[in-house]
Amino acid sequence: MKGLIYFVAFFLLIIGAFGIARSKDLVHAVVCLSVAQAGTYVLLLAVGYQHHASPPVFGSPASRPTRDVVDPLVQAMALTDIVVSATVTALLLAISIQIAKRNHSVDPDELNAVEG
Amino acid sequence: MTAILAACLLLVAAAGLAVVLTGDPARQALTLSALSLLLALLFLALEAPDVALSEIGIGTAIVPLMVMLAVRKIHAPGKVDSRSAGR
Amino acid sequence: MSRPVRYVVFCLGVVGLAILLAPAVAHLPAFGSTFHPYRTLAVAAAVAHRTANVVSAINFDQRGLDTFGEESIFLASVAGAALLLRPGEHETERRPLGHARMLDATRLLGYVLLPLSTILGLDLISHGNVTPGGGFQGGVVLGTGLHLLYVAGSYDALEKMRPTTLFEWGEAIGAGSYGALGVAGLLASGAFLANFVPLGHFGALFSGGTVPLLNIAVGIEVASGGAILLSHFLRQAMFTEPAGGGRRASGERDE
Repeated sequence: MKGLIYFVAFFLLIIGAFGIARSKDLVHAVVCLSVAQAGTYVLLLAVGYQHHASPPVFGSPASRPTRDVVDPLVQAMALTDIVVSATVTALLLAISIQIAKRNHSVDPDELNAVEG
Repeated sequence: MTAILAACLLLVAAAGLAVVLTGDPARQALTLSALSLLLALLFLALEAPDVALSEIGIGTAIVPLMVMLAVRKIHAPGKVDSRSAGR
Repeated sequence: MSRPVRYVVFCLGVVGLAILLAPAVAHLPAFGSTFHPYRTLAVAAAVAHRTANVVSAINFDQRGLDTFGEESIFLASVAGAALLLRPGEHETERRPLGHARMLDATRLLGYVLLPLSTILGLDLISHGNVTPGGGFQGGVVLGTGLHLLYVAGSYDALEKMRPTTLFEWGEAIGAGSYGALGVAGLLASGAFLANFVPLGHFGALFSGGTVPLLNIAVGIEVASGGAILLSHFLRQAMFTEPAGGGRRASGERDE
């Protein structure tokens, strides 16, 4: 189990990076970057997990926090990371639209010729 | 529990691969939204409801919508780039 | 960078990453173990400040300053994207012609889901200190939910319901009030973002001191930011086009 979850986290990171390297379209590259980012969320939550533990939210006042919970710190990090990464994705997509307007292409190979 | 977790992990890995191998960014918006849904399930299985909520809102709604709109702007026929027609 | 060079750089990167990761993975904690020192400390601190949702307690109380930084990144990204997406000099904005043709069922779905998503968003924000949810998640639901009106095919209604200036103000007010609450904490307790509000009862709606207040500030900012982003993308994709038309043939750049 340990092997699998860490493998999936790094797999997402590397496959996302591979997608960016292989990409023929800037929008495609931006989406691949989100896949790579997903790997970091999986890694964070994997580090904080504990078998047979509850979520770090204590419902009613009756259930006082005596139970074992999973690590809330990594969850807080992953949570804000997801929201902030969405706006960064928006910024990258806006830049892609501007590049398309100016150079009439979003293919990195063609953009080389334009910029070079 | 471990069986559910393992199933979620394998599905997430497969969906991630599918997103990267989808060449057309317009279709990627759909596969990305499927990946986000599976990620949200995985986060629920990992006892992280807060993170799952965040991933559902961002990953299945906002980001795919923005990707679709960006693709429409960039590749729509008669617009900036006329490469992919038929939308 | 040409394609083969790019693949070579990628392979070098993966090899380098593998060399760095191999020893790191070996020292990672066993998956599912019971050793979580941060968990023990964070839960104790959250309970001391009577916040039932420990994740919210960390985001808005224990690590409030980090969240302030993350919120600033959010603000800067939204401002940057909005700047890049505004119609350029050589573009005209064309008004949509009346209602788009939509299936009645689709339109009904849009109208029915809008109030539901609004209530869900407000609920997530207001109960962020006691149940899963909070300003980030609720704000996203609110900002996206508004665009169901577009699915409902009513762009006019969307324009009325979504006065962009109001959201620009909301974005600024949300970010500003987070900072103001931080300064208030500094004045009241001598530390930036200190939890200076009465803590209330564990598990109650108004518990956790500043946590629900900061949740609302972040909720306003994220909802406004999401609405601004989507509205700019929508405007660019649907209603903005190059003024002359056929600019592509001339091959000149719109500078």
